[in-house]
Amino acid sequence: MNVETAYQTLRTGKVSDAMFGVVHGVRTWPFSLKSGAAIVAVVALLGVLAPVLTPYDPIVGNYSEALDPPSLAHPFGTDNFGRDLLARVLYGAAIDLQIGFVATYVPLVIGVALGAMAGYLGGWFDSLLMRLVDLLIAFPFLVLIIVILAILGPGIQNMYIAIFAVGWTLYARLARAEMLVIREQEYILAARALGYGRLRIIFRHALPNLIGSSLVFSMSDFVLNILLASSLSFFGMGVQPPAPEWGAIVSDGRDWLLQAWWIATLPGLAIIVTGLGLSLIGDGLSKILGQRNNPAL
Amino acid sequence: MRLVGYSVRRVFEMMPALLGITLFSFLFIKLLPGDPIMIMFGGRASPETIAAGRARLGLDEPLSTQYLLFLTNAVQGDLGRSITQRAPVTQLIGERLVPSLFLLAYSTIISVALALPLAILSAQRSEQPVDHVIRTFGMITFAMPSFWLGLLMILLFGLVFGLFPISGWGEDFLGHLHSLFLPSLTIGLFLAPILIQSLRSSLLDIMQAEYIEAARAKGLSASRVMWKHVLRNALIPTITILAVNVGFLIGGTVVVESVFGIPGVGRLLIQSVLSRDYPTIQGLTLVFGLLVMSVNLLADLSYVVIDPRVIYK
Amino acid sequence: MSANTAPQSLPKSDGASLLTVTELTTEFRTAGGTIVANNRVSLWVEAAKILGIVGESGSGKSVLCRSILRLLPSPPAHIMGGEVWFNGRDLFKLSEAEMQAVRGVEIGMIFQDPMTSLNPVWRIGDQITEGLRVHKGITGKEARQIGIELLHKVGIPSPQTRIDDYPHRLSGGMRQRVVIAMAIASQPKLLLADEPTTALDVTIQDQILALMLQLQEQTGMAIILVSHDMGVVAETTDRVAVMYAGQVMELATTDAMFRNPQHPYTLGLLNSIPRIERKVDRLIPMQGQPPNLLKLSRGCPFANRCPVATPDCAETPIALREVEPGHYSACLYPERVSA
Repeated sequence: MNVETAYQTLRTGKVSDAMFGVVHGVRTWPFSLKSGAAIVAVVALLGVLAPVLTPYDPIVGNYSEALDPPSLAHPFGTDNFGRDLLARVLYGAAIDLQIGFVATYVPLVIGVALGAMAGYLGGWFDSLLMRLVDLLIAFPFLVLIIVILAILGPGIQNMYIAIFAVGWTLYARLARAEMLVIREQEYILAARALGYGRLRIIFRHALPNLIGSSLVFSMSDFVLNILLASSLSFFGMGVQPPAPEWGAIVSDGRDWLLQAWWIATLPGLAIIVTGLGLSLIGDGLSKILGQRNNPAL
Repeated sequence: MRLVGYSVRRVFEMMPALLGITLFSFLFIKLLPGDPIMIMFGGRASPETIAAGRARLGLDEPLSTQYLLFLTNAVQGDLGRSITQRAPVTQLIGERLVPSLFLLAYSTIISVALALPLAILSAQRSEQPVDHVIRTFGMITFAMPSFWLGLLMILLFGLVFGLFPISGWGEDFLGHLHSLFLPSLTIGLFLAPILIQSLRSSLLDIMQAEYIEAARAKGLSASRVMWKHVLRNALIPTITILAVNVGFLIGGTVVVESVFGIPGVGRLLIQSVLSRDYPTIQGLTLVFGLLVMSVNLLADLSYVVIDPRVIYK
Repeated sequence: MSANTAPQSLPKSDGASLLTVTELTTEFRTAGGTIVANNRVSLWVEAAKILGIVGESGSGKSVLCRSILRLLPSPPAHIMGGEVWFNGRDLFKLSEAEMQAVRGVEIGMIFQDPMTSLNPVWRIGDQITEGLRVHKGITGKEARQIGIELLHKVGIPSPQTRIDDYPHRLSGGMRQRVVIAMAIASQPKLLLADEPTTALDVTIQDQILALMLQLQEQTGMAIILVSHDMGVVAETTDRVAVMYAGQVMELATTDAMFRNPQHPYTLGLLNSIPRIERKVDRLIPMQGQPPNLLKLSRGCPFANRCPVATPDCAETPIALREVEPGHYSACLYPERVSA
């Protein structure tokens, strides 16, 4: 093809159409996207505004008020240290959302970049990467994370390291699969005919089109990472006390299950609500971006 | 026989994965900071034990030899000794394998029993209110942490209503079914929404196939078409979905065993990590990897039985 | 868009009409709008005769077959009007259970793609005899024997062994034969064939068509043959209906239609067939594209492509009218066709 037709094809190729659509047409968002975004926005706001919203300290409690059931003074009750549970849950919102976000999007960036390159370039890079992915996927995710934490020791930093080390694989596979299809498209051929370099083609032309499925999946992954972080904290391997991460709070409540059921149960509701909001966003995104949301990969 | 040849070929193809699993398990101890001997024996051992340990592990030998030693020992059932529990790792794992496998199977059954009817309903009434309700219910259940759900179950059905035991796994087969019901339900409820979503997708694909239309054109009733034609074809993706999600399933058992006090390998893993029992952790890594591999192999072989096209590929 | 509202002089067969479709209207309600896939379609087929239905993709011919057998999922498809009289009953008034008794037994249907018409995990023998089991209670050895005979009838060699094969063991042509066997297993009086040869190689096409004609002679079955291939239709059918944009444009005996078309669209179709006897410098294609079914005009849907259209063609609703005995056209000015 000559330069003119190449340029024409390039201009009319589907580059980031969907991305623009998402941002500009808020009013046309599907209901699931709107409601999901609203829920998550509220949770995030509550987390950020926690110091303003509650007078209680989430770390230091008042022993005389320990294990009080829910009341007007303490809507969620208090825990065994006399700390207001609602305050802990509110401060925890910021922690859990932050962990979920970082644990999802850092692996996404790493994984999509690696996967896209592997899919486009092929050769030894592709083989090597896929072998690595297959190896990591051979183990159950949680088991792998726990084992890595056994090596590194507990704590939020190490938890991040463990999740980064393993989580990128899912996105790599997804991005690579999409790339294998996209690299046969005409606008990619046009870009090559125009003499663009490989990296430019991968990241500026192909990537915007293959990122859709990863974004949709990232919503489920976000939920799973919150569940993962809270499970790890529940066992004392993740976020360390006295930080009010939701899973850690539930763990505290385990010893007081009959006497003070609210400690273990109410933070769980927070997780569920947040997770629901995120899933709704994922559902809405899949409608807009035309992808099929498949957390089972 | 083609079947035998195919099976042998599949096992052979899994060799690299097996290699990777064993290699990773072996390297695990190597990656730990500190003196390996102190790590293996927890700093409380006589000089003779230490010397024997050094020899057995070949710690003065090159890495490749150590790896081979590790493999040879493993094949003979020797995975080292637990630091905290004073027993061979193999024995510890062996004792706990059955409850975990039981739990896995039980959870899978409950999960499929929940997911299949709902997925069918969802697919048949796609985009209608019932479908939306089921999918929203799925999202809510998906967001429930297993440890939280487990505790809730213990609280309600164990403590308050006293219907189920809250720990242990029972004496006989019926006892197992009774004790493991709540834990399996917990895992099942986590897995079900994933299954429902994927199954619904597959069912929609199948229901739009031309051979389904042809079946209806033969005058078959809707239920006959569903049960004899649609579901028969849905069996294949169901097994695929289950196999792909076995990682989630096992992750779920790790959490649930600890919450419900079930003497399985999942709880052993948590205990070992918390007590820094590195030999046991290493052995468990190997076992879990093998478990996932076995499940995938099993799924592959079952395709042969179900899908007549597989052998001829 | 609204269905046309002109009165029709409804086609009536003079003899024994097996199936009569009268003003059948099917709509598809989508997020983008409503598509009228079949717009007051009227035609009939007589016992032991073959009716061809020709048209481009999107003309509504496949939807017609499915509407007749009520196979369309509803939503999004809705049958908005019309009657389908078969053997003295209006099929649209039957319950689903009664309809199931009609499908496969009195009316059979075969589909376009033999690769996907057969269930990949069932043996072909089971698929052929399933109808016998469900409708007539014939099972076991007796059913198997009938199955073998059917395979023999459709020209499959070694039917006793082939009957246990899975579909993937057969070639495309053989699979289509199996599909035909499946459809005629209960000896229906009418066979709906939706582009049965389109997905096959040309040489196989001939074989399959020959088989269908042979079966038709043997059993006295009527056939509705849907195709986009004028050549196929010319060779095999007794009467033809031409469809465009969901409406019937012309309806006549095959002979009359090919010799004396009364609609510009039909003429256009005939002119674009390459002929082996004549040497032509250029084929004469039809200008333009089929209309967007979401935005139909009030008048003739062919007006914007019609070489002999008049200004009021686009505004005046059309209807089938008898131009000559037994020859119907929906063109407002059929005389302009021969000009």
